[in-house]
Amino acid sequence: MAFLDLTNLEKTFGANRVVKDFSLEIAKGEFVSLLGPSGCGKTTVLRMVAGFETPTSGAITIDGQDVTGQRANQRAIGMMFQAYALFPNMTVADNVAFGLKVKGVARPEREARVAEMLDLIGLRELGARFPFQLSGGQQQRVALARALAPSPRVLLLDEPLSALDAKVRVSLRNEIREIQRELGITTIFVTHDQEEAMSISDRIVVMNGGIAEQAGAPFEIYNKPRTRFVANFVGTLNTLPATVEAPEAGQVAVAGQSFTLGRGALTARRGDTVTLALRPEAIRLGRAEGREVVLPATINEVHFLGSVIRVRARVGDGVVALDTFNRPDQPPPPIGSAAEISFAARDVIFLQD
Amino acid sequence: MTRLFAWGALIFGCLFFLLPLVGMTEFSLKMRRGVYSFDAYVRVFEDPTFWATFSYSLTLAAATIVFGVFLVVPTAYWVRLKLPQARPVIEFITLLPLVIPAIVIVFGYIRLYNTSSFLPLTGSAIGTDILLTMGYATLALPYMYRAVDTGLRTIDVATLTEAAQSLGAGWFTILARIILPNVLVAVLSGAFLTLAIVIGEFTMAALLNRPAFGPFMQLLGANRAYEPPALAVIAFAITWACMGLIQLVTRFSKHERAKA
Repeated sequence: MAFLDLTNLEKTFGANRVVKDFSLEIAKGEFVSLLGPSGCGKTTVLRMVAGFETPTSGAITIDGQDVTGQRANQRAIGMMFQAYALFPNMTVADNVAFGLKVKGVARPEREARVAEMLDLIGLRELGARFPFQLSGGQQQRVALARALAPSPRVLLLDEPLSALDAKVRVSLRNEIREIQRELGITTIFVTHDQEEAMSISDRIVVMNGGIAEQAGAPFEIYNKPRTRFVANFVGTLNTLPATVEAPEAGQVAVAGQSFTLGRGALTARRGDTVTLALRPEAIRLGRAEGREVVLPATINEVHFLGSVIRVRARVGDGVVALDTFNRPDQPPPPIGSAAEISFAARDVIFLQD
Repeated sequence: MTRLFAWGALIFGCLFFLLPLVGMTEFSLKMRRGVYSFDAYVRVFEDPTFWATFSYSLTLAAATIVFGVFLVVPTAYWVRLKLPQARPVIEFITLLPLVIPAIVIVFGYIRLYNTSSFLPLTGSAIGTDILLTMGYATLALPYMYRAVDTGLRTIDVATLTEAAQSLGAGWFTILARIILPNVLVAVLSGAFLTLAIVIGEFTMAALLNRPAFGPFMQLLGANRAYEPPALAVIAFAITWACMGLIQLVTRFSKHERAKA
C-alpha cells in the first residue's frame, strides 16, 4: 500500500479547472518530482498535499490516514519554499527550533535536535545568526533543517532551488537528495527544471494542463516518452516527417531514403505522412556502426558547448539537432557543407498525441 | 544654482517651523520679569491637576494602544492574507475618522450610550472611560492601520504564514510569534502616534466630562499667560521623545535593519 496516496484530486478556481482527476501513489521514502511548465497544476497539487488548498474533490491519504479535511498545521508535513520563508525575527537556531517549540518539545531535547539538524546541513556555527546574515544557499539549507526538525511524515519542496545561482543549485540539490536518502523521508519536489528533476528523483510525474501526462523513472520518462508533450518537455526532441511506403512491413521513407523501423506493422496507410522522433544523442554525424539508417544532410548551424558540439542539420524538409562529443583532432563541420547523418531504427520514438 | 535653491528652501523650511517654536519657548521662559527662568515649568509641574490629568491621559493612551493593536494587527493581517479585495473598503473605513469630526462621533456616543440606552456606558466613570478609549481608538485608527499595513508590506505575509502552518503553528502562534514581532516597529510608530493624539485630544474628553490632559491644557490656556506655552513645549518634548524612541527601536532591532 502506498504511503502517500492522492486519489482523483480535482481543484477548480472559479471556472478554471486547475487540477483534473489527478491520482498518484507514493511509496515510503520515495522521492517524486512533479515536473511541468508554469500553470500546469503542479504547485496546486503540492499545496493540496500541504493543506494550503482544499481539493474540490478527491482524497489525500498519508500512511492510511485520510488528511483531506485536516488543516495544514495538523498534517505533520514539512515544507521548503522558493522564497526560503525563514522567520526574519528569529536566529537560525530559533528558526530550526520553531516547529519543535510549537510541538511542545522540552528545551534540552529541542536544543539537541536543533544541533543535530544544524550538523546535518553543516551550519552549526551559524546558529546565532539572523537569516539576513546568510547567503541564499545557506538560507535554503536552514529552511531544510527547519522543515525536517519536527520529523515530518512527508517533505514537500516547492521549487526550492529556483532562486539560487547555478552552482549552488547543483550542490544543494545533491545535498537535499543525500539528506532525503539518509532520513528515508517521503518527498515531493515541484520543479519546472527537467534536469533538476531527472538528476534527483526516483520517479517523475510530468504534468500538463492539470493532468499527469506520464509518471515513471527518469530513464523511462526520457527514453520512452508516451506523449508528444512529454517528449518535447523533457529533453530536446527532433521530429522528422516520413512517408509510409509499406505499413505492414513498417517501411517508411525520409528524404528519399527507405528503411524499415523494425517494430512491426504501422497503423498508418500507404502514402500517409508520419512523424518520427529522435533524441539528439541518438543521431550520429556520418556513418556509424549499428546505425543502419543513413540520410543525406546539410549543416545549418554549429554550436560549440565545450565537451559537446550541437549541430543542426537539414534533412529533407526537416531540421534535426544532434550532439557529438568534442574531439580536438576532429573539428566541427563547416556550415553549409554536405554531410550524412545516421541513426538506428530502434531509437525512433513513437508518440501518442 | 540648483544647490543654492535647495539650501534656500531648506533654510526657509527650518525657519518656518522652528521660529514659532523658538518664540513660544522663549516666551515660556519669561515668567520672571527681566530674566529667563523655568518658573512657568515649575508652576506646571507643581500643579497636582497636571499630574492627575497627565497620568489619566497616559493610562487611557495605554488602553487605547492595547485595544488598537488587538483590533488593527489581526484585521490588517487578515485583509492582506485572505481578503486583498476588501482592502479599498477597509482603507476607506479607516479614513473616516479623519473626515468625521470628533464632536460628531462623541455626540453619537452620547446619544447611543446614555443612561437611558440599552448600554448605559455614560452612567459610570469606568463606562465613560471605556467609551473614551473606544473614541480615541477611532481617532487613532487611520494612523495605526496605515502604520501596521506598511509594516506588513515589508514582509511576505502569505509565505511566512504557510511556513509557520507547515510547522504546526495555529493562528494565535502565527500572529504572536511571527507577524507581530516582524511589524513591531510599525506597531510602535502607530502606538506613539496614538499616544500623541490621546495626550492632546480635547473634544471627546471635554464632552464626556473626563479629567484628561487636553481639557486641562485648554483650561490653563484660558486663564494663564506663561504656563500654556510651557505646557505646549512639554507636549512637544513628549512627542519628540516618542519619535526618538521609534528611531532607537528601529536601530536596535537587528532584523529590521535587514529590511532597510
